[in-house]
Amino acid sequence: MDDTIRASAADLAAAMQAGEMSSVEITQAQLDRIAEVDGDLHAFLHVDADGALATAKRVDDARAAGEAVAALAGVPIAIKDVVVTRGLPTTCGSHILEGWIPPYDATIVTRLRQAGLPILGKTNMDELAMGSSTEHSAYGPSRNPWDLGRIPGGSGGGSAAAVASHQAPLAIGTDTGGSIRQPAAVTGTVGAKPTYGGVSRYGLIALASSLDQAGPVARTVLDAAMLHELLGGHDPLDSTSLDAPVPALVDAVRDADVAGLRVGVVRELGGEGYQRGVRARFDEVVGLLTDAGAEVTEVSCPHFDYALAAYYLILPSEASSNLAKFDAMRYGLRVPPDGVADPSAEQVMAATRAAGFGDEVKRRIILGTYALSSGYYDAYYGSAQKVRTLIQRDFAAAFDQADVLLSPTAPTTAFRFGEKLDDPVAMYLNDIATIPANLAGVPGISVPSGLADEDGLPTGVQVLAPARADDRVYRVGAVIEALLVERWGGTLLARAPSVTGTR
Amino acid sequence: MPADPPSGGALTREDVAHLAGLARIDLTAAELDHLAPQLAVILESVAKVAEVAHGDVPATSHPLPLSNVFRSDDVRPGLTAEEALANAPEVEQQRFSVPRILGADE
Repeated sequence: MDDTIRASAADLAAAMQAGEMSSVEITQAQLDRIAEVDGDLHAFLHVDADGALATAKRVDDARAAGEAVAALAGVPIAIKDVVVTRGLPTTCGSHILEGWIPPYDATIVTRLRQAGLPILGKTNMDELAMGSSTEHSAYGPSRNPWDLGRIPGGSGGGSAAAVASHQAPLAIGTDTGGSIRQPAAVTGTVGAKPTYGGVSRYGLIALASSLDQAGPVARTVLDAAMLHELLGGHDPLDSTSLDAPVPALVDAVRDADVAGLRVGVVRELGGEGYQRGVRARFDEVVGLLTDAGAEVTEVSCPHFDYALAAYYLILPSEASSNLAKFDAMRYGLRVPPDGVADPSAEQVMAATRAAGFGDEVKRRIILGTYALSSGYYDAYYGSAQKVRTLIQRDFAAAFDQADVLLSPTAPTTAFRFGEKLDDPVAMYLNDIATIPANLAGVPGISVPSGLADEDGLPTGVQVLAPARADDRVYRVGAVIEALLVERWGGTLLARAPSVTGTR
Repeated sequence: MPADPPSGGALTREDVAHLAGLARIDLTAAELDHLAPQLAVILESVAKVAEVAHGDVPATSHPLPLSNVFRSDDVRPGLTAEEALANAPEVEQQRFSVPRILGADE
């Protein structure tokens, strides 16, 4: 069983193809692992054993009957709870949606179901995807398998923790400001944010519509590429979906090479504010890429220093608008106000949102309401949109000089629970290196870069490429992964302490 | 049109109470005490966008240039009434039942 749960999705798919394993065996092994360790990790909000096994059996039967099946057919997957799943509870980490059973599937879930991936369950996240630690989940935080006293990143900490602790070979994440990449970095896993519009947003519970993007969470770059190819492509149900084929990502991984590739190290995403061990591992990756024939130069993106500020105006503004749908009328929580006879709809809405939303959601809705209010719109939201233009220009200039850009994914390793919980600005700084990509819509991947000497915790390196050139982040990510695995003599996760469920 | 934040740059407790009303979130006195100073700090740190957002820079609302798209107007299956109502807090006569929307004398 241990080999099964540690195997990559690509190896599991090959084993099923060769008739050496069945999806039912694999899915059962993952469900057993969840039962063993998730009491400690709390990566899942809901586990659907019966549904997963039923899908697994259907795939096994189809294969036995000689039917053509998808490449990842039978490989189990975990889905972040921001993604709506017909018949499976979907809370988005919030009390406001407690008990909600969606009557429809997100497009990416439809694609997973059609391809025959057993859905193990829904993973924990910061409430409504607002946070960098899962501490803002209404259902309690997930824990980092490297140290159960530390955060697994956020908002998609549940998906990252599930994959890192071998509860699932694959997971779905969403990335609005780094919520796929930062959890990957702090858990020693791989996570990719596709080009904006590359993966359908239909059926994601929207946080900030101009920033949100769903993508793959995995343990290897190849697995992420396989999942990304399955998820991606045009969706008529999402008007912002790119009407273009998904780039050949798996091919990019299989013939990964960086000889002659121009790699730009972003001056503004490093140095001061970045933990010593994070910088040391990053410098090693730069050295390895240079040795492998890449032409590494430093590039400057001066307006990245304003990205965090612009993001924390644009995101709350869009979120305050998107979340107005939680009005206690058609679905979700409804709480009557105390001591009011015959309350109005408005009073019920205000009481419901008071009871159903946590602190961080309230903070951001109020901030967004302010930034969009008459008289302040130009000074805040309008200015943030101009900064967005400047950041896009910085990217354009950088990509004139370099084919890909490189930075640490997160400025620090995983921090302890509670350290930043009541200091919102300190919490926001976790996303300082990941946010620019969301503002410009460009693709990015985080790949493990090693362990920081000072605390022995995982660090990540981020590769960014121009919009629609997702294949480049996989190509370079695969080279970094291969060079480091060779140097370490094994994967980074092989060095993680074992989680045994005995805690 | 005022370009400065109210009260000389800081977001006050009263401002936050007013904004919470606009956002339809009841805040307790304790929450106001807790959240108002935090929001003031956040706002102070994000206000730096004004340093570089000069008049000649165009605003960008979207990561990639997009034009509106239309899909063909084909009939496809939607939710049944039962499915649409299944998660409603209250249902009456196959409809969403909601609290009163007008005041007593409106």
